[in-house]
Amino acid sequence: MKNRIFNSITILGASIIMYAILAVLMYTEILDEYNGQLLTLAGIYVIISLSLNLMTGFTGQLVLGQAGFMCIGAYSSAIAIMTFHVPLFFAIIIGGVITALFGFLIGFPALRLRGDYLAITTLGFGEIVRVVMVNLKSLTGGAAGLKGVPSFSNTGNFITDDIIKFTWVFGFVVISLLIITNLMRSSHGRAIISIREDEIAANSMGVDTAYYKIFSFTIAAFIAGLGGGLYAAYFGYLNPVMFGFMNSANFVVIVVLGGLGSVTGTIIAAIGFTYAQEWMRVFQDFRMVIFGLALILVMLFWQKGIMGSKEFSIVGFARDLLAGRYSIKRIISKISKLIKKWKEKKQPDDRGVK
Amino acid sequence: MAVLDIQNLGIVFGGLKAVTNFNLTLEEGELVGLIGPNGAGKTTVFNILTGVYAPTSGDIIFNNTDSKKGPRSIIKLKPHKITQLGLARTFQNIRLFKDLTVLDNIRIAFHFNVKYTALQAILRTTFFFKEEEEITEKARELLKIFNIQHKENELAKNLPYGEQRKLEITRALATNPKILLLDEPAAGMNPQETQDLMHLIKFIRDKFKLTILLIEHDMSLVMGICEKIAVLDYGHTIAIGTPAEISKDPKVIKAYLGEEVEADA
Repeated sequence: MKNRIFNSITILGASIIMYAILAVLMYTEILDEYNGQLLTLAGIYVIISLSLNLMTGFTGQLVLGQAGFMCIGAYSSAIAIMTFHVPLFFAIIIGGVITALFGFLIGFPALRLRGDYLAITTLGFGEIVRVVMVNLKSLTGGAAGLKGVPSFSNTGNFITDDIIKFTWVFGFVVISLLIITNLMRSSHGRAIISIREDEIAANSMGVDTAYYKIFSFTIAAFIAGLGGGLYAAYFGYLNPVMFGFMNSANFVVIVVLGGLGSVTGTIIAAIGFTYAQEWMRVFQDFRMVIFGLALILVMLFWQKGIMGSKEFSIVGFARDLLAGRYSIKRIISKISKLIKKWKEKKQPDDRGVK
Repeated sequence: MAVLDIQNLGIVFGGLKAVTNFNLTLEEGELVGLIGPNGAGKTTVFNILTGVYAPTSGDIIFNNTDSKKGPRSIIKLKPHKITQLGLARTFQNIRLFKDLTVLDNIRIAFHFNVKYTALQAILRTTFFFKEEEEITEKARELLKIFNIQHKENELAKNLPYGEQRKLEITRALATNPKILLLDEPAAGMNPQETQDLMHLIKFIRDKFKLTILLIEHDMSLVMGICEKIAVLDYGHTIAIGTPAEISKDPKVIKAYLGEEVEADA
């Protein structure tokens, strides 16, 4: 019981502190308008990447149509706001629920198809969604796009607007994070992971793998839909071109870079990716070349991604901090241990002969 | 009443009759061996029993005397349902959840008994914590019995081979089975490890009141611990009997060693 209170307080505290720091940075314009906007966009990318990580990293099903889910969420929220005048928060939730419905449906082919076949199916799904959005002119505005999606706020003061935007996205990041981490650290989460590890063994250990695949797709699509809804309100304009295959591929890149099955890694990679994309504009036309090259290098030398499947635990960190486990001496010894471990790792790993 | 009654089981893949007219009954507490040359259909029988394949003919009646539901046919059930009824297995080539810890491997096997919902897990209710603690406790107890509790936080892939086999058996036991199917448990083990395994198998049979059916190529193990042996060859049952009867059976000798041409050679 004591532990539970401690955990809740730490998580709540950490989120508030983090939010406060960023909000103050934005308010004082140390984080200028451009960077503030970028951070908000990064938050949306975090949400969608987290949802993809649930499908690909935790459940082990390669999905190449994440932008399709995002697209459904974005359009349904936008239409809910514009046509049915639903308040923004509920519109985003509606976007999530409708997307979840599609996630549920996509879960069924995932039962029969494995690996590359499923990847191609989901790729097809993403393209179908995009094409449908182009052709449903009366609802979506077709190829011309959907203009004038109301933003989070409209006070006229850019700084206030940006902070409010950021607040919304930050809130949803925390919600999605809680959903995914709490789910994964439960028996249901372990059942999902067991599918990735060995589906046959999982099934013969009494795990209803079919149920959990569909379950994971539904939850993941729900979260992607939330991200889509935020995306719609963030840009205020939607166009099917924004949800093309390259977009789906970007999310796969983020998840693989961060480490399949690592929530922490996904967050780091999603933020890093958003910023890297902007910074690399200095290279102009060579941007994508350099980007691709960087990816190849990372995959060659860092196959498991930034975090592998490891996690950073804020609760664990707080506990260690309170117990005084962060004296300088300890930190140094820990770092030297890590270096030692890293050196050992250079020796052939388990992919060798066995 | 037999715990498991396999009646005229048959399966055809395309034109290949992998198993034909297989009959076997397992009485409560029995330790039965299933042997035969390579490709005889032993693992296919296991796969049918555990619901991986649906048989083309015949029936399997499972009577879990621990549950009140009484005997029932299991041939149309999905693998996880069969496991939940009380029939667990291990695999010929170890199939652990390699990148998960030893403890998590066991906890996954407890999953189908978990009563809290996913929503309760996300909201972290009191019930969630209580159940979670119970599972962990049960898993630890089980690991203790097999003397691998000190390795609960290690990744399954980092265990030595013998312990991986042991963990796989432990994991199967975590599903609280009535019948345990072991597919070549001694594969890849040296004679000493095989000896230990024999003790282990007998021990779990008594401790968990199990009925065990095992496939094995190691004759010292089969002859040493099995009370009854069924011999398969090209999908046909060529003999069923005690180890002594089996080792003298001419058909078995023929299947394993070929026919004798000259008696005095």
